[in-house]
Amino acid sequence: MLNTLLPILLFAALALAVLGALKRFLMWRRGRPAKVEWLGGLMKMPRRYLVDLHHVVERDKYMSKTHVATAGGFVLSAVLAIAVHGFGLHNRILGFALLAATVLMFVGALFVAKRRRNPPSRLSKGPWMRLPKSLLMFSASFFIATLPVAGILPEGMGSWILGGVLALGVAWGVSELFLGMTWGGPMKHAFAGALHLAWHRRAERFGGGRSTGLKALDLDDEAAPLGVEKPTDFTWNQLLGFDACVQCGKCEAMCPAFAAGQPLNPKKLIQDMVIGLAGGNDAKFAGSPYPGKPLGEHSGGPHLPIVAREGQGLVDAETLWSCTTCRACVEECPMMIEHVDAIVDMRRHLTLERGATPNKGAEVLDNLIATDNPGGFAPGGRLNWAADLDLPLLSDKKQTDVLFWVGDGAFDMRNQRTLRAFVKILKAAKVDFAVLGLEERDSGDVARRLGDEATFQQLARRNIATLNQYKFKRIVSCDPHSFHVLKNEYGELGGNYEVLHHSTFIATLLAGQNIALGQHALAQQGAAITYHDPCYLGRYNGEYQAPRAVLKALGLEVKEMERSGFRSRCCGGGGGAPITDIPGKQRIPDMRMADIRETGAELVAVGCPQCTAMLEGVVAPRPEIKDIAELVAEALIEVPSEAKKSAARRETAEVN
Amino acid sequence: MPHNELNVVALVSVGAHPTSGRARRAEQDARAVELGLRLAGSKLQVVHAGDPHAEALRAYLGMGLDELAVLEQGAGADALPALGAYLSGAGAQLVLTGSQAETGEGSGMLPYLLAERLGWPLVVGLAEVERVEDGFAQVLQALPRGQRRRLRVRLPFLASVDNAAPVARQSAFGPARRGQLRAEDVVVVDDALLSEAQLQPARPRPKRLKVIKAKTGAERMKAATAKASGGTGQVLKDLPPQAGAEAILKLLVEEGVLR
Repeated sequence: MLNTLLPILLFAALALAVLGALKRFLMWRRGRPAKVEWLGGLMKMPRRYLVDLHHVVERDKYMSKTHVATAGGFVLSAVLAIAVHGFGLHNRILGFALLAATVLMFVGALFVAKRRRNPPSRLSKGPWMRLPKSLLMFSASFFIATLPVAGILPEGMGSWILGGVLALGVAWGVSELFLGMTWGGPMKHAFAGALHLAWHRRAERFGGGRSTGLKALDLDDEAAPLGVEKPTDFTWNQLLGFDACVQCGKCEAMCPAFAAGQPLNPKKLIQDMVIGLAGGNDAKFAGSPYPGKPLGEHSGGPHLPIVAREGQGLVDAETLWSCTTCRACVEECPMMIEHVDAIVDMRRHLTLERGATPNKGAEVLDNLIATDNPGGFAPGGRLNWAADLDLPLLSDKKQTDVLFWVGDGAFDMRNQRTLRAFVKILKAAKVDFAVLGLEERDSGDVARRLGDEATFQQLARRNIATLNQYKFKRIVSCDPHSFHVLKNEYGELGGNYEVLHHSTFIATLLAGQNIALGQHALAQQGAAITYHDPCYLGRYNGEYQAPRAVLKALGLEVKEMERSGFRSRCCGGGGGAPITDIPGKQRIPDMRMADIRETGAELVAVGCPQCTAMLEGVVAPRPEIKDIAELVAEALIEVPSEAKKSAARRETAEVN
Repeated sequence: MPHNELNVVALVSVGAHPTSGRARRAEQDARAVELGLRLAGSKLQVVHAGDPHAEALRAYLGMGLDELAVLEQGAGADALPALGAYLSGAGAQLVLTGSQAETGEGSGMLPYLLAERLGWPLVVGLAEVERVEDGFAQVLQALPRGQRRRLRVRLPFLASVDNAAPVARQSAFGPARRGQLRAEDVVVVDDALLSEAQLQPARPRPKRLKVIKAKTGAERMKAATAKASGGTGQVLKDLPPQAGAEAILKLLVEEGVLR
């Protein structure tokens, strides 16, 4: 009986799965066009899965091994089961191979089940609690059904009842694992995930590459939508990417806004996009909701606005504005989903079409348009911080080795200390450098992340036009945000430069013995310090080593925080979050300061004006905050120059 | 409260940012547009007398307007006759303006001269329109220190807004790019004053020195929050015009405005 039932079950399930796959594919294709490498992507997919994705999954050893056993076992079982039971290839060797595969899968599924016994809150429940049972059922049913093929049990063994029970088990298993894959069950992640890897919107990320710059809107095409209003405004491969989510909640566990009780949960956001893709409401979402937002109140569809103009839409605007664009979710995601791109796309619509940037957003954008700096300061005051430093201007020199990109921190009295410290270092190392002075404008970072692509492109194009007038070898900046934008986001608009963060530059100066450093005073006291990785330096640009090398050269021993390196927690200052200021239960910088306090450090070294401002905003008593440049300047051994000697001589002259 | 049946016109100018001097939407004019949008919604008409190619005007369109009428005229032309002629034929019931332009002459005289020319009442410092019925509007006028005066004005009337009016909404790029700047031909009248007078930068008006006598925080708080006490003010009612004018003249001489 099984010999007739099994092929019918298998092929019926497969046919329905193919139908579901077609339907799902057409749903993705409702999105806007995107250029993908159709065949090439598919060819590269196995490598991307087995190498690039594995690197991310491998961070969680338990899950990595479990997944290898379960998924590997399943793929083998499925292929062999189709051959053995579908096509009736009752070969003994194939039978044994199938038995082995089902055993492998069963063992993996046991570990899946074990983790589901007391799951952490980041994991989704609901249908996901059913999955280990389905996996066990699939592997066990096929194991028993294959025993006669392997010759362990006689053919035609068992009664009608046993056969019926076995058929039910197989039916359950193939329903979950074949049908569920394309009709929206938990196994959808395997089907959508594989294709997502093939046609990913940032193919550069694979093979050890890095791709973090936001993609530009084509503002010349007046027919193109300005950002994303409804799910179909996403490119089709973005929609495909949302479908790849496994709801593992690694993003949720890392999201600073979620931890602070702001109404954002990256996992829920991606699931909401899936709801938007298919239509429906979020009542059945089985994970943690957005803090403070009950489930079941929001709904949407492919052609409905995601953020409603009136009443409830699919997502509330404040959810989108809670994001600090720290990329912790993207870094953590084992399916390589691009959360930040999606959030900025939706912000673009809110800002460019609706004029609905919350709180101080509108004011900051107006200031950027009118004064080229977010504070609305008189542009003529951009170089006031260096009035006594006699900085060489690029407009005078025309060419230089190092262009020092000052950034808008020039208007901030706290950051001016960092800038002056860095100038001291540049002068001590006798670097051939210059600044743009009044010709410099805001890099456009904040405007872009607040969704104002038009203002970003305007600022960027003017900056590029200015930079094109001069010759320089590299740009160095003390601001990771300017650094990132100049390095990774100006290229699309025609500005390609070698850009370095000041910590990297100082590290090369040290390596080349261009500056002499003594031991830092704190090192002599044996004080403990820690280092806070800025998101836009670390996760965005992969620079974790240089700042630590500089601190080591100062004789300072860094006590690492639990969340450091690529898992560093955001200070709360990115993405315009301090400007849109969405309320939560606690402040992100306070949480970060708690991380810092845990190390027992007396001082935290930073490399970003935003981080400095956010962390110094935490009420005292708290560890001191100093930029790397300040720490280096403090330990600098300056070779007395001739100018100094003459100054010293003048002091001795007596005046009566 | 929307008054969709109300025919509202907002007059706008090209402003200048206070620190950079870059052209922008004028702060008070944008507030006039905001008030107009709240009153009339998409039926609000917005009018500018000047150059229809001025990009800064798009910032008003970005507030959600489909079009903006520009009475085309050169820099030296007088805006008053053009606006007066336009408004007398526009069937407007309420005309909103800023109190003072940020560029050009910036005398703040336009609302007064326009009201005089049209023969309409003028409300200075309009903060809110509460009700419109039977050809009258009940409005709130802003007075110093957050005080409000309720007025009943017959339609049509002109009102200037200052910083007491609601803050202008954000200007968005999409609607700003799509909106139309519709140029209209008007009779251009040169500003006679501009042709004979010379422009020179305004000197900041001298301010009375503020002597802080308060010794404690509580006293300073009291001084900062106390009501303005002119003390000597008096209300003149039911007076013959001659007597009223004499009283005003006497005050102006006393205050040193007239010599």
